[in-house]
Amino acid sequence: MFDAVQSLARFVPELILVGTLAIVIVADLLTQARPVGENRRLLTGLAFAGLAAALLASFTEPGGAALFASMVADDGLLAVLRPVFILTSIVVLAFTLRSKELDGVRMGEMIALLLTATAALCWMAGSVNLAMIYLSLETVSVASYLMVGYLSSDRLSNEASLKYILFGAVSTGAMLFGLSLLYGLTGTLDLYGVRAALAEEAGGPALLLVLVLVAAGIGFKIAAAPFHFWCPDVYTGAPTPVTAFLSVGPKAAGFAVLIRFFYSGMAEPSGGGAFSPVGGADWQTLLIVLSVITMTLGNVAALLQTNVKRLLAYSSIAHAGTMLMGAAALSVEGVQAITAYLVIYLFMNLGAFLVVILAHRATGNFEISGYAGFWKRSPLLTIAMAVFLFSLMGIPPFAGFLAKWYVFAAVIRAGLGWFAVVGVLNSAVAAFYYLKVLRTMVVDPETGETPALAFGRLDRGLLLLLVVPNLLGLLFWGFLDRVTEISQRLLELG
Amino acid sequence: MIPLEHYLYISAALFSIGMFGVLTRRNAVNVLMSIELLFNSANINLVAFSRFVEGALGGQVFALLVIVVAACEAAVALAIVMSLYRAVKHVDLDRAAELKG
Repeated sequence: MFDAVQSLARFVPELILVGTLAIVIVADLLTQARPVGENRRLLTGLAFAGLAAALLASFTEPGGAALFASMVADDGLLAVLRPVFILTSIVVLAFTLRSKELDGVRMGEMIALLLTATAALCWMAGSVNLAMIYLSLETVSVASYLMVGYLSSDRLSNEASLKYILFGAVSTGAMLFGLSLLYGLTGTLDLYGVRAALAEEAGGPALLLVLVLVAAGIGFKIAAAPFHFWCPDVYTGAPTPVTAFLSVGPKAAGFAVLIRFFYSGMAEPSGGGAFSPVGGADWQTLLIVLSVITMTLGNVAALLQTNVKRLLAYSSIAHAGTMLMGAAALSVEGVQAITAYLVIYLFMNLGAFLVVILAHRATGNFEISGYAGFWKRSPLLTIAMAVFLFSLMGIPPFAGFLAKWYVFAAVIRAGLGWFAVVGVLNSAVAAFYYLKVLRTMVVDPETGETPALAFGRLDRGLLLLLVVPNLLGLLFWGFLDRVTEISQRLLELG
Repeated sequence: MIPLEHYLYISAALFSIGMFGVLTRRNAVNVLMSIELLFNSANINLVAFSRFVEGALGGQVFALLVIVVAACEAAVALAIVMSLYRAVKHVDLDRAAELKG
């Protein structure tokens, strides 16, 4: 009992999110009879207030203890990722106001689902118990399935949602079977207990099966090949703000689960910041193989795309591959590189989706060819897109360069030079398709009647919010120092 | 008493049947039924291990959680299938292929 009360005190952001969720649902019921616009303004305002309060509450020092009878670890990883999730939701909520697909749609359920997913993402990033991992992962998934299919009269939205839920249920079913076997092997659901049991007695071939099955579940969440098939279809069919959310939130939480499962449950520190696998299963090779397949496939497939949402889907697959490199480095540096990458990825990827949403208002579709002549129609939007794309490419001095730099450095220091070379080659391929979009915007002549684009105050504010962090890559040094400092104390529990 | 191995054979068989169904069935509702088999095979594992491992009750609690989550997921999935059916008048996965490339 005492433990639960003490734990709740360290759980303020999540409590605020759940409280806001309850208020939003009740407020939605009370204003059902009001016009859509009024109902929407009220609910969005409430959600903004709740999210802002949660964001302020989430900037805390990690407590360094396990909460709720060792279900959730209150450590550096959670302290870094919690603000990332909440900030993502704030930006996505602002996107819903500007998305043409959601014009005139009742948003009560969407906002409630977004808040549910945000709280569940925080639980996911903290969970250090197999049951908690499964439960939080499913909460995020079910909320995401519904958000993807939110436009119930839209055929593509429905189809995307069905594909997502079928693929997701199979992946998590496989992962669940793996977790049940792991429970049988070790006799405990606690990740640190799993590590202790595996250190005593090697798992044999059964552990290998567990690793593959769990990799399927996590690979689905982070969209890593060969579990990525849902990704392009779902990203295309979902309302664009939801796509933006899926590409950042669940991916970041998936990486948190990956780090927890492999570093806290399947490895032990071997001095000097390095880790070594326990239980006799070589999961480093597994992650390296997944990473190489994921980035290569993502980048090559992206070259062929003509739809900008599909292109960004494959780009997000490729980025997941690059982040996996950090996980395969088997060192604290690798983990730090992933957390830093996730923070920077939030700004560059959400930025690209903002441009897609604003361009959609003007062109009415998501074809890259529709971006022709944007340089003349709106230099502001073109320059913003250039910043986001250069950042995604990883070109200095943009922030994306730092992200890649951290990952490659961690991999090289782990003695995997060839792996870093594969990563650099992939970045070179990626530059082609990002530049293709940019070339269409700047060089290709406009067709037909193309008036100049006008932007409201919200659009400019959002663009500014997302552009500035990408430009001031150097400012990130200070922030990254904090991330680094926090994640020094990462995974120290147990 | 039935030895542990028997439970594991049953759960492995259920898992394989479920996976086979997922990969071969083209009707969305049939796929959902196969997915239920996947979840339940894990449940059998969890409860069996919990019974045979000394002092490990966590598995039974986990199985209860899985049952609840599987019910939620089935409800959501059927709602989505209904919604798609209203739009296109079939639930055939091979024909639901507007999105590709």
